Amino acid sequence: MIAILDYGSGNIKSAQRAFSRHGAQVEVTNDFQKCINADGLVIPGVGAFATCMEGLLNHRADVIIDARMSKNLQTLGICVGAQTLFSFGDEHDVVTPGLGQWNGTVTKLPAPKLPHMGWNLIDVAPESALFAGVEKERFYFVHSFAAQNWEEDPHSPLKQAKVSWGNYGGKFIAAVENGPLSATQFHPEKSGDAGAKLIENWIAKCA
Amino acid sequence: MNPSIRIIPCLDVTEGRVVKGINFTNLKDAGDPVEMARVYDLEGADELTFLDISASTGNRQTTYDVVGRTAEQVFIPLTVGGGVRTVADVDKLLRAGADKISVNTAAIERPELLSEINQHFGAQVLVLSVDARRGATASSFELTTHGGTRGTGIDAIEWVKQACDLGVGEILLNSMDADGTRAGYDLEMIQLLRPHISTPMIASGGAGALEDFSRAIDAGADALLAASVFHFGVYRISQIKEFLRSAGYLIR
Repeated sequence: MIAILDYGSGNIKSAQRAFSRHGAQVEVTNDFQKCINADGLVIPGVGAFATCMEGLLNHRADVIIDARMSKNLQTLGICVGAQTLFSFGDEHDVVTPGLGQWNGTVTKLPAPKLPHMGWNLIDVAPESALFAGVEKERFYFVHSFAAQNWEEDPHSPLKQAKVSWGNYGGKFIAAVENGPLSATQFHPEKSGDAGAKLIENWIAKCA
Repeated sequence: MNPSIRIIPCLDVTEGRVVKGINFTNLKDAGDPVEMARVYDLEGADELTFLDISASTGNRQTTYDVVGRTAEQVFIPLTVGGGVRTVADVDKLLRAGADKISVNTAAIERPELLSEINQHFGAQVLVLSVDARRGATASSFELTTHGGTRGTGIDAIEWVKQACDLGVGEILLNSMDADGTRAGYDLEMIQLLRPHISTPMIASGGAGALEDFSRAIDAGADALLAASVFHFGVYRISQIKEFLRSAGYLIR
């Protein structure tokens, strides 16, 4: 079963439909045990970093993710859900601690026109499993903030991360694949057939 | 690198049906917005826009149903506008499956609505729809309401600047002079607005020839909205995208 964490953020409905498109059993839930034990857990998120963090902590997402990591179960963060996996979010001069699975701070993109809105290309990490078959496709982004540096944590129990990069005003992290933990800054659930393929690839990891 | 130019078909919906002329031969039901959304998705639409033109709020329930059914089948961004007056309206549409909401008249009457929506949901869901025409204001473009039939005396450029300060994520610029003419987008208005805003801009109104699309991009539009040229089958979306791609524009 694929669980989509319902903590009051994001267009959960389209995520639910997109993840069940290839026959997976999908449940929108904030049940603590279900979220810990699901084969895959999706953490959506739109809007402000601080608001999302508040919702996530209210539903003990930090504990849920740690428990899943220890069991080597797949978790996928999307958009602000992806951003919250980093150490900090810096929005409008307010710095909010994130879930801290990865080092780094989410900051405003240095682009003259924001949000970064629309379909963009990605510099996909070599041997990416997530992007297998859709390396050259465009994916749908809508965001003004992103993690712009990858800082490998030498003490992390996770194996070396595959980082895929976007570029809008400067380089930013478009996707991370790091053992049981993955994230996309773009919206695969809104990225048409390319997004469907990426979701299929991720669900294959959950089996 | 910039994202690709977005081509956005717009469907006018009331009581669960698409209105305005639709002339498609490959549809089982030309009035069903879900069926039309599917066809446009297959043809390569980068987003979809529904405009709820229901006269009464009682009829808007059917629009939520349409949004929900569309979101179940079409996996590209969906913007819904028309009659959005409160944060609660936005919440309902987002829950139904919309990704973005466009706000028009209600924001003119009460600009704080924009900052309220921004605070609740973020700028990325908030599209400001601007109906403007040539008029006797400072920029010579005047904000209108009621589909361009009523002037407000408000300068369109000043209004957009104010709205951007309140936290709008995108501008949908509708030319009431060009709308329905198929004589081309209002390039003068697009060019005039562009330097004043730092958000993406969707140009709307007047699309007729293939070159109209590239001219609007050159004038400063990030996305191009059209209705009748698609509904009447003048061009398929794929034709427009092929034309733009061969002219060197970034196209999905």
